[in-house]
Amino acid sequence: MSANWPAIRITVNDIEREVQVPPMKRLLDVLREDLRLTGTKEGCGEGECGSCSVRMDGELVNSCLVPVLQAQGSSIETVEGLERDGVLHPLQQAFLACGGAQCGICTPGMLMAASHLLDRNPHPTMAEIREGLAGNLCRCTGFIRIFESVVAAASRPEPSTHAR
Amino acid sequence: MRGDAEAHEFVAPGTLTAVLELLAGAPGEWTPIAGGTELMVAHAAGRLPASKLVNLWGIPGLRFIETTPESIAIGAGTTFTDIRGHAAIASDLPLLRRAAAWIGSIANQSRATLGGNLVNGSPAADSSPALLVYDAVVELISVRGRRRIPYSDFHTGYKKNVLASDELLYALHVPRRFSAHRQYLRKVGTRRAMAISKVALGATALVEDGFVRELRLAAASLAAFPARLYRTEDALCGKSIDTGSKRAARAALLAEVLPIDDIRSTAEYRRRVAANLLDEFLTELQAPEVTR
Repeated sequence: MSANWPAIRITVNDIEREVQVPPMKRLLDVLREDLRLTGTKEGCGEGECGSCSVRMDGELVNSCLVPVLQAQGSSIETVEGLERDGVLHPLQQAFLACGGAQCGICTPGMLMAASHLLDRNPHPTMAEIREGLAGNLCRCTGFIRIFESVVAAASRPEPSTHAR
Repeated sequence: MRGDAEAHEFVAPGTLTAVLELLAGAPGEWTPIAGGTELMVAHAAGRLPASKLVNLWGIPGLRFIETTPESIAIGAGTTFTDIRGHAAIASDLPLLRRAAAWIGSIANQSRATLGGNLVNGSPAADSSPALLVYDAVVELISVRGRRRIPYSDFHTGYKKNVLASDELLYALHVPRRFSAHRQYLRKVGTRRAMAISKVALGATALVEDGFVRELRLAAASLAAFPARLYRTEDALCGKSIDTGSKRAARAALLAEVLPIDDIRSTAEYRRRVAANLLDEFLTELQAPEVTR
């Protein structure tokens, strides 16, 4: 059976990968099981909680709702791709500094949603932060520390190590 | 029971022509899937009945927004993120832009397509009331050719529509002649983010010299499919908005809508809120127009 599955090429965190899996397999499962990138978490599995958020060609998507065939040829960024050369992304540093992470299940999705927001809007208002993260649920921190983490990351001068 | 990826055949012919030929060759066998925000939820839960799926995501020629002086054409594969970001839609179809902004989350809007929202045909579909009150026309396509019908004739029952088994929704054509109309759209859900409508009401009205010259009202979650409220419109057309006409309109709406009890709300709540939304819109019409 597996011989009949198409080879699907995806660039993940700037590295070209190829998988041979059922085309309806969820991108989430391909990332976690086939590519061993377990930073991306599954929460609800139905597009409500945002835990599985990744970037697909720059857009924010729920990887639980993407059949992997639809990711063919795309560029995926996961939480593992935020860090550069051993230096955490400013958002990751801010989440640590502000107590924006607790149990950690929602954190990768929060970071990806926040990175998507800040790429488009480097200095968002609190209302814009709330909307940008409205699709990401947290059961621990009560959201305020997460919002404060994004504010803190947005207030930092852009470090040269993360110039894109 | 988890969905089984191996239980589904999923092909990507890559072009619109190839997809249409596949559908024509085996009518009714293939289920098109675009952004997956509906079908993948069913898939994850093991509730996706379709065994054969054909990909529409990324097909060239389905994701476009084209403007002419008279109308805006929106390809069925256009995402709600695309709609939110388009200048002509923001200026000429503000209700559609607003509806796009309250669909799910950013991550849902980047994948969910206008065509998917309409073909899925939920009674609560977010984009439907706006399209109905803007007199949108749907363009359908198959190997046999293309045809256009008013969007108000597209839905025929609960999750049923006029699409033939070899047809795809190709585009929406929305006229740009509503800028002089007073416009209204409000969705009532459990919370602001991510909530599916309990009730939504949209309206466009042309008021001249205090009289309603043209009026379109449309609702979601008040019947088996999103629909215009023609009898309520009739109760108001040609009238001035006053206590008497508002009362008559409320009675017409309550007689016309057919909401149900379900997991999101009750029929009685929906009726009351729908009547209140209508009243809110009519009260806005009574006030002098303010620049928005």
